[in-house]
Amino acid sequence: MNINARGLHFKDLNAQVRAAAARDIVIDNCLGQRYIGSGLAGKNLVINGLPGNALGAYLDGSQIKVYGNTQEATGDTMNEGEIVIFGDAGDATGYAMRGGRIFVQGNSGYRTGIHMKEYQDKIPVVVIGGRVGSFLGEYQAGGVIVVLGIGQSGQLPVGYFTGTGMHGGKIFLRTDFEPEGLPPQVICREATAEDKQQILGYVQDFCAYFGGEPQQLLAPKFYVLLPNTKNPYKQLYVNN
Amino acid sequence: MSVDFFYPEYEIVRDQNRCISCRVCERQCANCVHAFDEASGKMYADDSKCVNCHRCVSLCPTRALKIVKSGNTFKTNSNWTNDYMKEIYRQANSGGVLLSSMGNPADFPVYWDKILINASQVTNPSIDPLREPMETRTFLGKKPAKIERDCDGNIITKMEPNLELALPVLFGGMSYGAISYNAHASLAQAAKSCGTFYNTGEGGLHKDFYQYGTNTIVQVASGRFGVYKDYLNAGAAIEIKIGQGAKPGIGGHLPGLKIVGDISQTRMIPQGTDAISPAPHHDIYSIEDLHQLVYSLKEATDYQKPIIVKIAAVHNVAAIASGVARSGADIIAIDGFRGGTGAAPTRIRDNVGIPIELALASVDQRLRDEGIRGNISVICGGSIRNSTDVVKAIALGADAVYIATAALLAMGCHLCRSCHTGNCNWGIATQKPELVKRLNPEIATQRLINLLNAWEHEITEIMGGMGINSIEALRGNRLMLRGIGLTEKELEILGIKHAGE
Ligand code: SF4
Ligand code: SF4
Repeated sequence: MNINARGLHFKDLNAQVRAAAARDIVIDNCLGQRYIGSGLAGKNLVINGLPGNALGAYLDGSQIKVYGNTQEATGDTMNEGEIVIFGDAGDATGYAMRGGRIFVQGNSGYRTGIHMKEYQDKIPVVVIGGRVGSFLGEYQAGGVIVVLGIGQSGQLPVGYFTGTGMHGGKIFLRTDFEPEGLPPQVICREATAEDKQQILGYVQDFCAYFGGEPQQLLAPKFYVLLPNTKNPYKQLYVNN
Repeated sequence: MSVDFFYPEYEIVRDQNRCISCRVCERQCANCVHAFDEASGKMYADDSKCVNCHRCVSLCPTRALKIVKSGNTFKTNSNWTNDYMKEIYRQANSGGVLLSSMGNPADFPVYWDKILINASQVTNPSIDPLREPMETRTFLGKKPAKIERDCDGNIITKMEPNLELALPVLFGGMSYGAISYNAHASLAQAAKSCGTFYNTGEGGLHKDFYQYGTNTIVQVASGRFGVYKDYLNAGAAIEIKIGQGAKPGIGGHLPGLKIVGDISQTRMIPQGTDAISPAPHHDIYSIEDLHQLVYSLKEATDYQKPIIVKIAAVHNVAAIASGVARSGADIIAIDGFRGGTGAAPTRIRDNVGIPIELALASVDQRLRDEGIRGNISVICGGSIRNSTDVVKAIALGADAVYIATAALLAMGCHLCRSCHTGNCNWGIATQKPELVKRLNPEIATQRLINLLNAWEHEITEIMGGMGINSIEALRGNRLMLRGIGLTEKELEILGIKHAGE
């Protein structure tokens, strides 16, 4: 089923998506409509154009493919499903997501993957093809973030303050340079073959969507960031 | 080091003539204060561990126990009080941030106690609530500016979702984790039976309590714990928690040690991991961003649920409330600086934020001045202690009030302010099974119901006395209030006259 979003208010567009009996829905001429696929379960959405903020918030098991860029808070508090972006993503991509996967062909903005968590069999995954802004994985509590830095010639593909408050999960950075100024609660080390094996499946899926050769992408140096269990994030309190 | 020795704050006085060494106190005190000495056949107490929770006093069958404030003090000093001195010693010893619980106990003015209520005499006769109907029913949510009907008289104006309350009192947010399973069960059942709502706090919703969904407000806080589609749809309304009165601007940190069993499932995080709620929602840096969270929640729940935004009462609360009223939120909840908490840094709890009375009056006035009062309902909390506080709050402009500490007291809390230790002897602020089971949900539910019933009687009686027969007519009716012993400025902010005027 096709929906022409030209001139449609987000409420009308989203009501049409919710009401649609069809499992496969194509939204054409999307231009800034927010909250598309909020809490959506069991559908396949293809979006041609530029969806607005909070695309796929609370997504509960649908696939959303975007042929264009996305704006802020894509996949906010997402629980299950997949968002594939053939373009760049805005700020706070994957904020507090608990499950599902987000693949971004290009770059992602500030606060990507902030406060991602994991629970039981749910391990959220964010794979960014290019680079990301500052505050990547802040307060990360679980899940896996991979920044491939494609086209960055090995330069560090992140901004400042990566992993501040991180207390779970893993961040993989494809780069020749170890990020500096990490907080003491975070360990950074070069990724081993075993580490790379863990993300092989994600990189394969990334390549299946956007092209590229998984083994070739995984060949260069990666750094992996983990919470330092010996130095947990805590503030010393005294009972008063 | 001896400099850290504090003489016990409380002394346990045991009347040896009454004590029968039944050892009830020993079993009841989770702080291990009481012990039985086999040799002498007598009970002894280590006063230094006592938090003055009155559990042993209440359960002693012969009334042999009382707790008194210890007479031992440092040299009296109005500037360097005993508490300030001890806090210095504690911090010098540990380097730690002082941690406390429950609401701000400091000696700030309580404006509720400086406001008096009107009654009718002669000209506008009072109403007898026994004889005439009194309406305490309250609707929370957006109100349409005007009602349109079709030619058959049916309303055609699209009504926004509203919460219907049998009386203008709701139970405020307290998470499963901060309080026990039995405490949650009691709040949920009492809310259902009284036709009002309880609030999950930020810890998610236990699967056993989905059945109370129509009387549940589910909270979405910065940590987004337990937030997913079924949870959002389970409640009757969704509350976005921006801040709380006891610790405005501060996040939360439930240590991994406390994330066990059901708590881990309800929060949807693995056992043993820390639950960190960042100070802000990192997707909300502006009113526009708040608008976005409000609407993403509305979209996720198909516009069926009112959205509440809870903020702490801070200095520029009126301007913030104006922004919230324009964010698309249906209800704003304002939490005063005396609001309770399971744990907060002492310095923040006792020094940050403003009294709810002033915050409420200025918010209501601001929303009226801007012509947007109908866009949003106002709930106030922190701390509402009795039915006259409720009446005064409504006359100052609230649509309804949140009670939390009062509800805990009804269940048995004795305000020992030790919730952060996890050793609540009354089975409320604890997760230890042997303590949790002390709170009987049936009894606690009945006590909550009793409290609300009693308040409802008092509220209708007071309203009747004023010649007012509905909450609707009381709301924002500041002429029904007079201040006593207040300055011009305070009266101006409260928007009330002085007694005698
Ligand atoms: S802590 Fe409570 S139960 Fe224990 S001795 Fe003190 S008052 Fe009694
Ligand atoms: S809930 Fe329990 S620990 Fe907290 S103040 Fe009340 S009695 Fe004390």
